[in-house]
Amino acid sequence: MAIPVTINGRQQQLDVPNEMPLLWAIREAAGLTGTKYACGVAQCGACTVHLDGQPVRACVTPTSAARGRRVTTIEGLDAKGEHPLQKAWVEEQVPQCGYCQSGQIMSAAALLAAKPSPTDADIDAAMAGNICRCGTYQRIRAAIHKAAAMKKAGTR
Amino acid sequence: MNAPVDRISSAGSDASLDRPLVVVNLSRRRFLQGMSALGGLVLAVGYPSAARAQAKKYGADGMPNGWVDSPLAFVSIAEDGTVTIVCHRSEMGQGVRTGMPMIVADELEADWKRVRVAQAPGDEKKFGNQDTDGSRSTRHFFEPMRHCGAAARTMLEAAAAERWKVPVSEVEAKNHEVVHRPTGRRAGYGSLAKAAAGQPVPARETLRLKDPKQFRYIGKGQLKLVDGRDIATGKAQYGIDTRLDGMLYAVVARPPVYGGKVASFDPAEALKVPGVQRVVQIEDSPPPAHFNPVGGVAVLARNTWAAMQGRKALKITWDDGPNASYDSSAFKTSLEESARKPGKVVRNDGDFDAAVAKAARRLDAEYYVPHLAHATMEPPAATVRIANGKCEVWGGFQSPQATRDLVAKRLGMSADDVTVHVTLLGGGFGRKSKPDYAIEAAVLSKAVDGKPVKVTWTREDDLHNSYYHTVSVEHLEAGVDAQGKPVAWLHRSVAPTIISTFNPAAKNEAPFELGMGVINVPFAIPNVRIENPEAVAHTRIGWFRSVSNIPHAFAVQSFVAELAAAAGRDPKDFLLEVIGPARQVSPETLGDTWNHGESPERYPVDTGRLRRVVETAARQAGWGRKLPKGHGLGIAGHYSFVSYIAAVVEAAVDDKGQLTIPRVDIAVDCGATVNPDRVRSQMEGACVMGVGAATLGEISFKSGRVEQDNFHAYEVTRMSGAPREIRVHIIPGDYSKPMGGVGEPGVPPIPPALCNAIFAATGKRIRRLPIRDQLKV
Repeated sequence: MAIPVTINGRQQQLDVPNEMPLLWAIREAAGLTGTKYACGVAQCGACTVHLDGQPVRACVTPTSAARGRRVTTIEGLDAKGEHPLQKAWVEEQVPQCGYCQSGQIMSAAALLAAKPSPTDADIDAAMAGNICRCGTYQRIRAAIHKAAAMKKAGTR
Repeated sequence: MNAPVDRISSAGSDASLDRPLVVVNLSRRRFLQGMSALGGLVLAVGYPSAARAQAKKYGADGMPNGWVDSPLAFVSIAEDGTVTIVCHRSEMGQGVRTGMPMIVADELEADWKRVRVAQAPGDEKKFGNQDTDGSRSTRHFFEPMRHCGAAARTMLEAAAAERWKVPVSEVEAKNHEVVHRPTGRRAGYGSLAKAAAGQPVPARETLRLKDPKQFRYIGKGQLKLVDGRDIATGKAQYGIDTRLDGMLYAVVARPPVYGGKVASFDPAEALKVPGVQRVVQIEDSPPPAHFNPVGGVAVLARNTWAAMQGRKALKITWDDGPNASYDSSAFKTSLEESARKPGKVVRNDGDFDAAVAKAARRLDAEYYVPHLAHATMEPPAATVRIANGKCEVWGGFQSPQATRDLVAKRLGMSADDVTVHVTLLGGGFGRKSKPDYAIEAAVLSKAVDGKPVKVTWTREDDLHNSYYHTVSVEHLEAGVDAQGKPVAWLHRSVAPTIISTFNPAAKNEAPFELGMGVINVPFAIPNVRIENPEAVAHTRIGWFRSVSNIPHAFAVQSFVAELAAAAGRDPKDFLLEVIGPARQVSPETLGDTWNHGESPERYPVDTGRLRRVVETAARQAGWGRKLPKGHGLGIAGHYSFVSYIAAVVEAAVDDKGQLTIPRVDIAVDCGATVNPDRVRSQMEGACVMGVGAATLGEISFKSGRVEQDNFHAYEVTRMSGAPREIRVHIIPGDYSKPMGGVGEPGVPPIPPALCNAIFAATGKRIRRLPIRDQLKV
């Protein structure tokens, strides 16, 4: 039986088994490939999405756990793709290969939602589960600080 | 010049196969061919014999299919003024899809806002060599890309002059339009596109290239990445993201031991898993591995998850073959035994034995670097569809033409009938130079009558069946004079060679491995002997970012620091003294016949440049500054990929032995730069990868099997373990001088600089990587 899930504001019926990880349901049933596979065991954070606003690793979240709930992926983070983090990522030229960056941005977005002005220690803690093999961590940190500043300036 | 993009991305029809090939058709395949020419190997069977008779070629000339600088291949202009520039190299994070088109756009006087970048399919006849490896793209294609831009600009100017019936000397292209200087008349590139396409392509010798002072993009670093926004919004497409109608999703159970094969299997339970469609055996390829799939059993399903569940349900009995007892800790012992006995002498200056006998003191040390896996964030993935006698391949490949040729060969098709669409690579680091995963997808598509099949490797697959970085023991001995200065230097390097992946009889390091920082150390030491005892490979050995430079630089730069400590000298001053005065050393006099494939005349080893990066890194790092308790500075300088890089690492070790890295200063002299921001980002990334290799990275084997399954066991650096601050200092270059590499050479100096810093902080000398818990108290 199909599983009803609201993905990026759009109600969808996902015709997948309950135990299929949300990652594969998002990528293959919903066709949204911005959410990435890289470990399958919640070790790297490349598959990070928001479930009712909370960051989860989609690779170990059964699709059934999303039944009737709201899922936000990188494609739905901002309608125009202009979330302050997305702008900061472009301006700071964070990505190298870029593969992990959807997950990095989704983790960072959850951090900023909870802590609008994160310290370096906050960033370390929130981003500890996200691996970047290209080693863009310094720029990720800078972009998070920049986005926090943008958000603050925008809400004033 | 208005070759439309859709033509560019369709199969090249003019690729008559004048390369009847073969095994040599590999990434970095010219190295292998060069070796064969030197009598080293039989790999070049089938290579045109004329090629062997030709004089040695260097640089881009020496690469298979060389270079192309025709605007007809690389530039098209639409009537709305959109300029499309083809990038023929693969983007894996180094910024090549921004950098290469930027070179063309600059000479073309194109407005970057109106430039689009198209990705070339695998087609070296049309685009020249496409092997994206060896830190070569910019240094080999800077001139050809300038020619493309300048030729297209000249054609636009000629078209405008013809239209206005004025001498071409009176017109000038400027910022996307051509201006008639005397009258101020202007015509946009779009309006001239059609007429310009009819102009002859000017001869290379007649091209007027810009004075570098006129560059508008090159070297400025003000342009953003062409893929930056797509990446930040999740739109960027990687190999694993390919979706085709009717596509089946496959995962493969591969032999866990190199050289193993399927003894028997039972697909019944797998076929019961909902969504599983087929179970297909992939024929095993006995060693040597080449770029072949290792064989195994594939499960094809309606989705990836079902394929994974089906694979779990397979019952397979493996025949592990001759490497079933490979044990990496026992192998370490055997490498150490070899390193303590004389081996093949590969360089011999002066008389090491006599000098060491007379020396005031003799010191020795041994260093160990284990196997490493690339662990690209995107694991290998490829999709193949075969229809109407044509095959299409999608994926991230560092060697699109080799992918094309090898898929064609496996399918028994002509390469002309195979199109390789190159997506973004979610990391490469050398792993994706080997298209075994594309061949798997091709075999599986063929097995299901050409239906599209995507093969996805899991992380476990990636770690268990990689082409691993070699494992090595480096044994060093020095005789020093009364002041502690080395007068005699012996370096025995023992490591399975990458050549073993192509020729199982190969037991010595190849010239290209020796030329990565063991044979070509340009030190001012009169008596030098470099030896290379034999080592046998028991797994697939492959290129890993910066390759043999990692163990060689770790050993050499650690040992110099050890000699400095023994002499009671400042490590930076001592390193400069060992490098000696500024001079240009021919790599040939160092016994290096390879020199990264570059001409020894154009690219001598320049100790002045090496000194300068060491001095710059030290100065920028505040060498000698007062540090908090438990902190120390370490330095290392290394020449690789014809670039000079030095790093100063600040390490902090607390009273529990916990290591943090507050700061790293890196000085890089890679000649002139195209996109300085991407030089910085490559140094930053190489630094983090170097820290990861030094502190965490190890692939180990037990009973022939890799012991690490996923990132919990094969750890890579996370944000908390990365240096808190990485400062990159670029030595200004001259565009009239040869360029150096950037993607790889940032890695090698990091592990020794870090371990030298740990020594400064704690007095503990690390000789075995990874560091892991060696500092715990």
